[in-house]
Amino acid sequence: MAHVLPDLPYPYDALEPYISRQIMELHHKKHHQTYVNSLNAAEAAYAKASTPKERIALQAALKFNGGGHINHSLFWKNLAPAAEKNGLGGTIKDGPLKTAIEAAFGSLENLKKEFNAATLGIQGSGWGWLGYNKTTKRLEIATTANQDPLLHLVPIIGVDIWEHAFYLQYLNVKADVRHPN
Amino acid sequence: MSNTLPDLPYAYDALEPFISRQIMELHHKKHHQTYVNAMNAAEAAYAKAATPKERIALQAALKFNGGGHINHSLFWKNMAPPASEKKGNGGVLKDGPLKTAIESAFGTFDNFKKEFNTTTAAIQGSGWGWLFRVGQGLNPSTKRLEIVTTANQDPLLTHVPIIGVDVWEHAFYLQYLNVKADYLNAIWSVINFEEAEKRFLEGNGASKL
Repeated sequence: MAHVLPDLPYPYDALEPYISRQIMELHHKKHHQTYVNSLNAAEAAYAKASTPKERIALQAALKFNGGGHINHSLFWKNLAPAAEKNGLGGTIKDGPLKTAIEAAFGSLENLKKEFNAATLGIQGSGWGWLGYNKTTKRLEIATTANQDPLLHLVPIIGVDIWEHAFYLQYLNVKADVRHPN
Repeated sequence: MSNTLPDLPYAYDALEPFISRQIMELHHKKHHQTYVNAMNAAEAAYAKAATPKERIALQAALKFNGGGHINHSLFWKNMAPPASEKKGNGGVLKDGPLKTAIESAFGTFDNFKKEFNTTTAAIQGSGWGWLFRVGQGLNPSTKRLEIVTTANQDPLLTHVPIIGVDVWEHAFYLQYLNVKADYLNAIWSVINFEEAEKRFLEGNGASKL
């Protein structure tokens, strides 16, 4: 059963001015589509593989492209048009999430500060995550490299910090990248 | 002794149309400069570190920023204004020891380019593609060429780098967007094969860092 590229839940320009239409189009229609295509190819090859060695040799492609598909599918859904466009993006209402954030980080501002520091600290390509630890029942910040999916926490918010996610709009100034999420 | 950003050996627009002035300016004045600044800060911190644990904790910053400085310093020198635009010697591989070694290792130059580009395009994340020399000493018959990739800003440690190509997205995205393969095809027109041959013939590697 082949994987398919999920539709964006909003038009390509809906996240402006925070993320440009040009970035959203390339990111969704080219980058994510490529992960989907390559995942399908890797899974087809894996189904045909007949030895442990062949299967192990395919692991990297499955992890990279499977991770790319998982991560980007979560990403599109955890973004939304900003309040200035009558969307929900960027607004956190009172409720269990806000309470949990304040319990773990003190304030939303503190979460943002710590999250951004961790994400900017990635040495290469990767993702920043706010995740839920089911054992401690607390929110934590984590990063994953390249397209590694978040495995040890339940992903709540993920931010793509690969250069393709921001470079056309923010150039090298990673710290300026803003998301309405 | 602080590390400093080396000057480019050519103007920012010299590699056009293959690599845009905008990319060269950002890549050199922002990205490479940041590696230099961060490396100096990490080295200063390391000099002050009093315990093995503190020193180990600084290793990642030294490797990432030191590697970034080493790799980019090699990169600027292994490019040159394109001969195809009559701006320099970029892209021209003359008959000589390097050409002979490439043909002996890969069959033809085109085959070498194909393998290099395929291997480099396959990096899953950020990194560099390298042509490097295996074999010590000045005996040409013991020098063999191979292709390898390094992740993120890991420098090439165990072999002599001949040619390095940056495939971090900042190296090409503004001009080539997601089409990495087009960038990898284009960059061969600005590779400085004379510098590459010098590295090939020297026994001790091109990086003095």
